[in-house]
Amino acid sequence: MTHLPLDQQLLDSCAALLLLLSFAMLSQRRIVTLVNLYALQGAVLAAATLLLAWRTGEDHLYLSAALTLALKVAFLPWLLHRLIRRLDVYWDTEPLLNVSGTMLAGLVIVVFAFALAQPITRLADTATRSAVGIAISVVLLAFLMMITRRKAMSQVIGFLSMENGVFFGAMSASYGMPMVVELGVALDVLVAVLVLGVFFFQIRERFESLDLHHLESLKEHD
Amino acid sequence: MALLLLLLLPVAGAAVLGVIGAHRRAPEVNALISVGTFLAACALTARVIHQGTVLLGDEQFFIDPFNVFLVALTAFVGMTTSLFSRPYMRVELEHGRLSAGRLRLYHSMYQLFMFTMLLALTTNNMGLMWVAMEAATLSTVLLVTLYRTPGSLEAGWKYFILCGVGIAQALFGTILLYVAAGKVLGAQGMTALLWTHLDAVKSQLEPTVLALAFVFLLIGYGTKVGLAPLHSWLPDAHAEGPTPISAVLSGLLLNVALYAVVRSKVLVQGALHSQLPSQMLMGFGLLSVVLASLLLWRQRDIKRLFAYSSIEHMGIATFAFGMGGAIATFAALLHMTVHSLTKSSIFFTAGHAAQKAGSQAIERIRGLITLSPTVGWGLMLGSLAILGVPPFGVFTSEFLILTAAMREQPWATPILLAALAVAFAAILSKVQPMVFGEPSARRLTHSPALLPVFAHLAIVLLLGLYIPPYLAEWYRAAAHLIGGP
Repeated sequence: MTHLPLDQQLLDSCAALLLLLSFAMLSQRRIVTLVNLYALQGAVLAAATLLLAWRTGEDHLYLSAALTLALKVAFLPWLLHRLIRRLDVYWDTEPLLNVSGTMLAGLVIVVFAFALAQPITRLADTATRSAVGIAISVVLLAFLMMITRRKAMSQVIGFLSMENGVFFGAMSASYGMPMVVELGVALDVLVAVLVLGVFFFQIRERFESLDLHHLESLKEHD
Repeated sequence: MALLLLLLLPVAGAAVLGVIGAHRRAPEVNALISVGTFLAACALTARVIHQGTVLLGDEQFFIDPFNVFLVALTAFVGMTTSLFSRPYMRVELEHGRLSAGRLRLYHSMYQLFMFTMLLALTTNNMGLMWVAMEAATLSTVLLVTLYRTPGSLEAGWKYFILCGVGIAQALFGTILLYVAAGKVLGAQGMTALLWTHLDAVKSQLEPTVLALAFVFLLIGYGTKVGLAPLHSWLPDAHAEGPTPISAVLSGLLLNVALYAVVRSKVLVQGALHSQLPSQMLMGFGLLSVVLASLLLWRQRDIKRLFAYSSIEHMGIATFAFGMGGAIATFAALLHMTVHSLTKSSIFFTAGHAAQKAGSQAIERIRGLITLSPTVGWGLMLGSLAILGVPPFGVFTSEFLILTAAMREQPWATPILLAALAVAFAAILSKVQPMVFGEPSARRLTHSPALLPVFAHLAIVLLLGLYIPPYLAEWYRAAAHLIGGP
C-alpha cells in the first residue's frame, strides 16, 4: 500500500465528508437540520479549498475559500433559517420514495458517478484524482433529493447542494475557475436564493402552504 | 464604445426604472432606453461589417458575424417589444391585473433581462456566458409570476427549478471544458475559458472529456432552448407571464440559448473528429419537432399554442445546426431570425386578442376580423408566416433545411415533412375560427400598438422574397464560422 502525504489524506477526508453529508441530507426530513447540514457541507468545502490554497500557494483560492465561508456557511444558512421561521415550515412530508429506497438509489448513483469520472481523473493532476468522482456523486445525489422531495424548501436546499458539488468538482479538477467566473457564480447563487425568498412568500400568500402538490394544475393541459 | 453603450444602457435603465418604474411615463422611458440599445447595436454591427471580427476589453468580449447578427436581432426585438408593451401594460394596469409597484418590477427586470442576453451573446468567456444565462433565468422568474395567479406561480416555480437544474449541468460542462483546456493552454486561468483561445487549440483537447462536457452543456443550455424532453417549463412560462415577456422569451431567450449550444458544438466537434455532437443535435431537434407538432392539437390556450410552436421551430433550427454544412447552417441562421420576428409579432397580436376577449382560451376568442381588422389580419398573417406559407421568410428557411436534409440525411425528411404538415393543420384549424368566427370581445381603452407587428411581418416577407446581398454575405460568413467541414 502506498503512503499518501498528509495534505492529500486530509483532502480525501474532506471529499469523503462531503459525500457523507450528501447522504445525510438525502435521508433528513427535518428542514432545519437540512439547512445545518448544508452549512456544514459549505464549511467542509471551504476547508478543502483552504487546504488546496495552502498547498498550491494560489492566491485566488484563499479568496474563493473566504467567499465560500461568507456565503455558504454564514449568509445563506442564516437567510434560510429566517425563511423557515417566517414561513413556519419545519418538516417535509413523507418523500416520494422511502428512505431505504432512496439510499439504495444513492449507492447506485455513486458507482455510476465514479465510472463517469474515469476519463476526467486521467486528465486531472494526481493531487485530486479521487475527488472528482465524489464531486459528481454530490451533484447527482442532490438531484435525487430534488426529485424525491415534495416541499419547495427541501428542493431549494437540494439545488444549493448541487451547486456545492459543481463547485467542488471545479476545485478538485482544476483548482477552481477564474476569479471573475467564480464571483459571477456566487452572485447568481445569492440572487437565486433572494428571488426564491420572494417567490416563497408569493406561493404562501396564494396557497397558504409550501407543499408543491398545489403546483400541479397546469399538467393536465399536456 | 458601441459595445460599452450596448451593455451599459440596459443596466442603467434597470437601475433608473427600479426607481421610477411605476411613474406614468415609465413605459416611454423603457421604450427610449430600448431604442438607445438598438442604436448601439446598429453601431456595433456597422463596425463588425467594416472591420470583421473584433476582440474588445482585454479579449473578454468577442464579436464576430455570428453573434453580431444575434445582437442586432435581440436589440431590435427588444425595442419593438418595449413599444408594444406601452399600451399593453397600461391596459393590464387598468384591468386591475397589476399594481403600480409590480409595473416597476416589470420595467426594471425587462431591462436587466435585455442586459443578460446581450452579455451572454457578446462575451468571449464561456464561464461568463454561463453566469449571464443563469442571470437571464433569474431576472425573468419574477416576471413570469407577475400576476400572482396560482397558474403563474406554478409556471414560475417550474421555470426556476428546471432551468436552474439544467443550468447547473451546463456549469459542470463548462468546468470540464476548463479542465481539458487547462492541459493545453496552461492552467494560468484567465485564457483557458476564452472561446477564441479554445477554438484555436480545439483539435488538441482531450476528446473523451470534451464529449462528456458537451453532454452536460447540451442538457444544460438545451433545457433553455426548450428541446424535448426538457421543454415542460416553456409552455407554462410563456402562457402565464405577461405577453411582452412571452414575446421576448420566445423570440430572444431561446435564440440566445441555442447560440450557447452552437458555440459549444463548434468546440467539441473540432476536438472529437466524430459525429457525436451533430447526431445529438439532430436527435434532440427532431424529437422536439415531432413532439411539439403532436402536442399542438391539444392546446386550448392561445399562448400555449404558440409556445409549442416555438419548441417546434427551435427543434427545426437545432436539427439544421446538427446537420451542419454551409446550406443547412445558413438556413438555420435565417430560421432563427425569421422565427424570432414572426413569433414575437404573433405574441403581440395574441396578447391584444386576449385582452379584447378577456381570456386566453382559444374558444373564447372569436371573430377578431370584424372587431379589429388589424389585430385579426395580424394574427392570420403571422400564423401563415410561421407555418411556412410562401412567400414569407420561414418558407425559405424551411425549404432550404428540407432540401439540405434530403441530400444529407434523407431518412429525416419524411419525418420533418409529416411533422410540419401536422403542425400546419393544428395551428390553422385553431386560428381560423379565432379570426373569422362570430365576434365576442370588448373595446380597449388604449389603442393597441400594431406597428411592431406589421414591421416584423414586413421584414419576414422581405426576407422571403429577397435577401439583400450584404445580408446573404453576412449569413454566409456566420455559417462559415460555425458550419465547419
